[in-house]
Amino acid sequence: MTEAPSQTRRDPPRPDRRGFLALVSKGLGMVAVAELLGVSGAYLWPRGREGDGGRGVVEAGPVGDFTPDSVTPFPQGGFYLVRLTDGGFLALSSKCSHLGCTVPWSEANRSFPCPCHASVFDMRGDVRSPPAPRALDLFAIAIEGGIVKVDTGRRVRRARFEAGQVTYL
Amino acid sequence: MISTETPGAAGASGPRPGAADAEKAAGRRPAGFSTLLLHLHPRAVPAEALAFPRTFGLGGIATVLFVLLAATGSLLLFGYEPSPERAYGSVRAIVDQAPFGAFLRNTHHWAANGLLLVSFLHLLRVFYAGAFHPPRRASWVVGLALLLLAVASNFTGYLLPWDQLAYWAVTIATGMLEYVPLIGGTLMRAARGGSEIGSKTLSLFFVLHVAILPILLFVLTAFHFWLVRKGGGVMVPRLEGEERRRAMVPTSPDLVVREGAAALATLAAVLLLAAVFEAPLLAQANPGMSPNPAKAPWYFMGLQELLVHLHPAFAVFVLPLLAAALLLALPFLPLGETPSGAYFHSRTGMRTARAAALAALLLTPLAVVADEAVRHAPPWLPALPTVVRTGVVPLALGCALLAALYLAVRRKWSATRWEAAQATFTFVVVAFVVLTVIGSCFRGQGMALTWPWAVAAPHGGGGTP
Repeated sequence: MTEAPSQTRRDPPRPDRRGFLALVSKGLGMVAVAELLGVSGAYLWPRGREGDGGRGVVEAGPVGDFTPDSVTPFPQGGFYLVRLTDGGFLALSSKCSHLGCTVPWSEANRSFPCPCHASVFDMRGDVRSPPAPRALDLFAIAIEGGIVKVDTGRRVRRARFEAGQVTYL
Repeated sequence: MISTETPGAAGASGPRPGAADAEKAAGRRPAGFSTLLLHLHPRAVPAEALAFPRTFGLGGIATVLFVLLAATGSLLLFGYEPSPERAYGSVRAIVDQAPFGAFLRNTHHWAANGLLLVSFLHLLRVFYAGAFHPPRRASWVVGLALLLLAVASNFTGYLLPWDQLAYWAVTIATGMLEYVPLIGGTLMRAARGGSEIGSKTLSLFFVLHVAILPILLFVLTAFHFWLVRKGGGVMVPRLEGEERRRAMVPTSPDLVVREGAAALATLAAVLLLAAVFEAPLLAQANPGMSPNPAKAPWYFMGLQELLVHLHPAFAVFVLPLLAAALLLALPFLPLGETPSGAYFHSRTGMRTARAAALAALLLTPLAVVADEAVRHAPPWLPALPTVVRTGVVPLALGCALLAALYLAVRRKWSATRWEAAQATFTFVVVAFVVLTVIGSCFRGQGMALTWPWAVAAPHGGGGTP
């Protein structure tokens, strides 16, 4: 089939040049498109980690300000400073681990009920009621000279509460 | 379009083809604008195609709404400032100070919601008419793309007022992306232009909303029109005898007048809605406090309702992807029948679809209420991972239910493959609509089930009573 015309007609059997040129221009065209996409993508890609809620290190205050078994909100930093009954500290992110709503602290129920999808977290950030898939994120805590400092730039994801996450004096 | 699917910005196209006809009759070649419009409409259309229930004018209404949205949107653009600091204030100024500003914004709001509703109904209409087989296959696929673009336009517009409603709805809806396996985090950051909703998100959504999406919508709409015309216009029932000729009527005035009437009726309905019902504008966005309940836009409430019940990866990824793939694959599936052109294909088709709709109407609320009990009980088989318990198992149950429905319809009503598939599709659609209604109207504080009259209007407000 394909040979027939080239033998009977005057066409020499050299589809190569035209085919080759077509192939090259298509290839170049695709390279151009890829370049364009790459350049646009690089231009549009989010730079840095701005807007991560990271306000650097937040000085929460002297240790004595936080009574054991208490929860103190830091809305500007986007976290709750929790002091457990044994005196240990946890800095819980106020972003629900489900879809990112801000969870309020309910003193009456001693829990964080998410207003968006009814997840409930306990005082240590553990999931008490789904659909949240994991515990509330943590921020790193350092206690220097009796002052509690929370590094909101360092968000720690975790599946559930473990004793090692608590910071003691 | 109004009576055929042949397009042409209904109202605007009004008398033009008529003028062109007159010119033709006078022996002159029509030129310019009227020639262009004659490319949208054929010179004559089948008389049967003009009957209103043949299309309900849905495609045409959608076109009118699109034009209305472009017009009102352009005007709103003069007053809007796309930065987190000024967006809310500028919208407030449009609403409170600009003459007719609130009316303009209401019109844009109601036309936007109407466009989604009408596009969805258009999809259903085309589905039940069986108007997606070749030669209409490509218009079905492009139509799906248009629906996606309409949703994207609405969603990007949702953020722009920068009030509590906008901020949290977009937080939730973009947060859903994080549950896409592997690339979820990247997707979410790409959608937000960063890891949180902020000025980057606003400029991204703004550009998409006022430039990129409208241009895509315009181009694809034109393509859709062309494909509809190529596909033979609106679907009409097959003729019995080969030799019988279809009765044809001239496009102008028969079709054009009907299009004009439908366009004016649409316009009147939207303007009336806009005059009576205000578009919501809550307090300025406050990232520190989620309103209770915080809800996604209504067209995502079906998904949000699924999220309450199912594992997130299934609710926002597996199920939507399955549904989208099936919709896209529909005209390529071997359903083995040429469409009859009648709605629901046949008597059996109508009966089975009605039965499936009823079943979904009953079973979906039952399932929601039953799951409420399951969720608050201690987990069954706690050894099972959550993915299996709230993802794999419900999916398997759902698939088994649909398969059972399909087989039951085939046995009991001795339905054809197409009729059974249609009944199954009906079940899924009705279930999704019911979920959307439950999520929007029956979920109150803390997303607990309540009666619609007990769901307080969202004021971004506070404590539990």
